[in-house]
Order: sequence, then structure tokens, then C-alpha cells
Amino acid sequence: MTAAPVTVRVQRGDFDLASEVRTLSAGRHDIGAVVTFSGLCRDEAGTLGALELEHYPGMAEAEITRICDEAITRFALQAVTTIHRYGKIAPGENIVLVITASPHRQAAFDGANFIMDFLKTAAPFWKKEHGADGTAGGWVSAKDEDDSARGRWSRD
Amino acid sequence: MASVNLVYFAWVRERIGRGEETLELPDSVVTAGDLLAHLKTLGDEYEAALEHENVIRVAINQEHVDHDETITGAREIALFPPMTGG
Repeated sequence: MTAAPVTVRVQRGDFDLASEVRTLSAGRHDIGAVVTFSGLCRDEAGTLGALELEHYPGMAEAEITRICDEAITRFALQAVTTIHRYGKIAPGENIVLVITASPHRQAAFDGANFIMDFLKTAAPFWKKEHGADGTAGGWVSAKDEDDSARGRWSRD
Repeated sequence: MASVNLVYFAWVRERIGRGEETLELPDSVVTAGDLLAHLKTLGDEYEAALEHENVIRVAINQEHVDHDETITGAREIALFPPMTGG
């Protein structure tokens, strides 16, 4: 196990990026770099009413924790926070937050990137679209480029 | 016969028509792949949900496994489509 603190939350409500960064770095003087990634609900066509995120309670938290632990080991991160929302999320709202901390910037950038690539393909969440006109849309399909993004971290 | 708790998510859940159930499995069901093949014999709703068997993801006791993994001793087996979170 790693000594670096890992905070993982799967929640319905929104999160506050600034307060999560403050919590992660509070009382520490050894952190030199903090990277934050936020994923938002996007509607380019103007037709989306909301995304509905379903998750597998228990496994969602466990899988994200496994991914964060792997990132800490691989990039020698000093702390990680990952928050993923579920339920109905309107365009413009937050979906996911990843915060990584390290002594120098590259590890924090790489760690956040790594966590997101694995989270998208291995954390048990599924998005369903609801139309702006009230119609129920379909399930969002998994993207091949997400699998390729994950593949670039393999070390064989 | 072994009893196992099955949980389903997203369109697998919608097509089967329920989110969870407990089933008695014949002894011939050894791997996750055997389980998918067995479920497809149980009715049209399973056939529809598991039609494209190779895209169905399986988790045993909340950890991802391949289709050739043995399910012996599993408390909870989850079936779901490729994930689209983040």
C-alpha cells in the first residue's frame, strides 16, 4: 500500500474544485505541483437535456481506488483525489474531478492523465442521454479512442 | 447446483428487465463465458441482452475478469456493457 493519501468519492451532488485542492494540500509543505482535471457535461449540438450516469455502487469506488493507487506507485504522487458524480447531470455541470500532487509538475500531469484514461475504460459508469425536448435518448457508446488512450500506458 | 447473485447494469439491465437476481447454476457452468452461454438459454430477454457476447464485461466480487475466468465461489457476478464514465 502507498502512504500517499487517496480520496475517492462517488456522489450525486456537485463538488468544489478549490476546496478540494485546499483539503488535499492542507498542512503540507512538500508538494510542488497540483494538477486538476474536471470533466463537464458537454452539449455541442444544443439537443441534450441531461446525461444520466448509472454506476455500480461499491465497485465504482473500489475500481477508482485501484486506479489511483496504481497512479501513485507509477508516478510517485504525493496525494490524489478523485470524485465522480452519478445521477442526472445537465450540460455545463461537473461530472468528474481528478487532483494529483507531486514534487514536480510532470508526474502530476502524467498521473492525472493516467487516472482519467483508466477511469474512462475501467470504472463502472454508464452514460445515457436525455434529449432537450424531453425524449429519452440512447446509451452513449464506448469509444475506440478511449481504449487506445489507455493502451499508450502499457509497458510491454 | 450453486446459487449466485447476479447484477446487471445499463442496457444489459434494461434488456433483461431487472437489475439483480439470484440463480441456481448447473455444475457445467464453470467460467464467466459458460455463464453467458447458459443465461442465453433462459429466454429472449437474455438472448437480446447478451447477443454480442464478446462486448459484455464481467466482474466477480466487484473486480473485472476475462470470460475464461472461473466463477467458482463467486458471491456476486456483474454483467454490463463497456463503460462510458469520466
